[in-house]
Amino acid sequence: MNIVRIIFSYIIFPGFVFTAVVGLFLTWIDRKVTARIHWRVGPPWFQPYADFLKLLLKETMIPEGSSKTLFLLGPLLGLVGMSIFAVMLFNMNFNPSGSFVGDLIVIIYLLALPPIGIIIGGSASKNPLASVGASREMTLYFAYELPFLIALTSIILKAGGSIKFGEIILAQQAEGPFLYSISGVIAAVVIFLSIQAKLSFIPFDIPEAEQEIMAGPYIEYSGVALAIYKMTRAMMLFLLPLFLISVLWGGFANWWAILKLLLIIVLIILVKNTNPRLRIDQALKFFWVGIGTLSTIGLILAFYGL
Amino acid sequence: MGNAKLWGLKKSPWVFHLAAAPCNNCDIEILDLIAPRWDVERFGIVLIGSPRHADALLVTGVINRKTLPRVLRVYEQTPKPCLVIAIGACACSPNIFTPSYNVVGPYDKHMPVDVYIPGCPPKPETMIMGIIKALKRL
Repeated sequence: MNIVRIIFSYIIFPGFVFTAVVGLFLTWIDRKVTARIHWRVGPPWFQPYADFLKLLLKETMIPEGSSKTLFLLGPLLGLVGMSIFAVMLFNMNFNPSGSFVGDLIVIIYLLALPPIGIIIGGSASKNPLASVGASREMTLYFAYELPFLIALTSIILKAGGSIKFGEIILAQQAEGPFLYSISGVIAAVVIFLSIQAKLSFIPFDIPEAEQEIMAGPYIEYSGVALAIYKMTRAMMLFLLPLFLISVLWGGFANWWAILKLLLIIVLIILVKNTNPRLRIDQALKFFWVGIGTLSTIGLILAFYGL
Repeated sequence: MGNAKLWGLKKSPWVFHLAAAPCNNCDIEILDLIAPRWDVERFGIVLIGSPRHADALLVTGVINRKTLPRVLRVYEQTPKPCLVIAIGACACSPNIFTPSYNVVGPYDKHMPVDVYIPGCPPKPETMIMGIIKALKRL
């Protein structure tokens, strides 16, 4: 019985299916809000599901001379990582004092899986534009990971030195969300910009810049493999704002969390639609010098309990 | 399940713009079609950059000896099923260029063409009408 419940939680409820369906709906919100900003009508609500079904119908082509195993492994890595991440996130929020040991270190590794999948797939597809995209993805990963880790460290300091996810949420329930302090606001800004880069949205869509390298690492993908990449991206659009809410805004085990989630997503879309794309060196400088300094100041403030 | 997938194909045709030696007039009209004024994202039509992601090829221009191998290569790279939409008078038939030594005939001599949209250049409204009519008949 227990095993059935575990499998159910990974495949159906907080895991794969639920996250994918909600995530695809959120990509529709992204496209619709973008369209309204462009003064257009925008696609109907079922558009992401139609895209997904259509991609299942198409044939999957494997480019000549590429590594077949790695080419098909690339999309799956990110999908598996995001499914496990979804289960951990929901477990920790709805049962924060449970015995399930989930800590921030595991979550950092799980969040690294989608970029690794993109890098593996892009490098395996034997296309010069995909290689450029994969190398940019790697550079961008190193760029946003440093301030992201520093911001997480300041959250750990505020939670009394605990890296357990459940204890972070319990500490927020006891003494109010971490967001309502100076270092909390700084950590929120840093994590927000890291989310923007993790989702490869403008201004950080350098790995898949449509106007210069077409689709970057995805350029050789078609059919089911491309559908899995799109779905992983949709799941990230759902899970990363939830992660921000649960580490800084008091967890999402209440109805207010839906409004918080929509607020964060609309903010992400607004930043996406009102900014130009940075070059990869500018993005690295932005994250390591500008945002890195900001997150270090936040860390020092958190150390003194501000 | 087959019906659901066909519904998906009808509702989200992603187009790849294949300009094979046109005079660029049709291409400018295609860019108009994609831009906010006509907003074809209402029908799920999105312009994408790689033929691997494409469901429909928008071909323009008179096909000649130099462009024929490239056009065929892009057609082979596109995952099937895919639509081929010939846009403009030159793509439907090589009209005034027929006597030229370099012209190797219209597109339908070399690959299956699903939709012909005549005009020099066709208006974006015409293109929308042609594509929607073709999708209804799938």
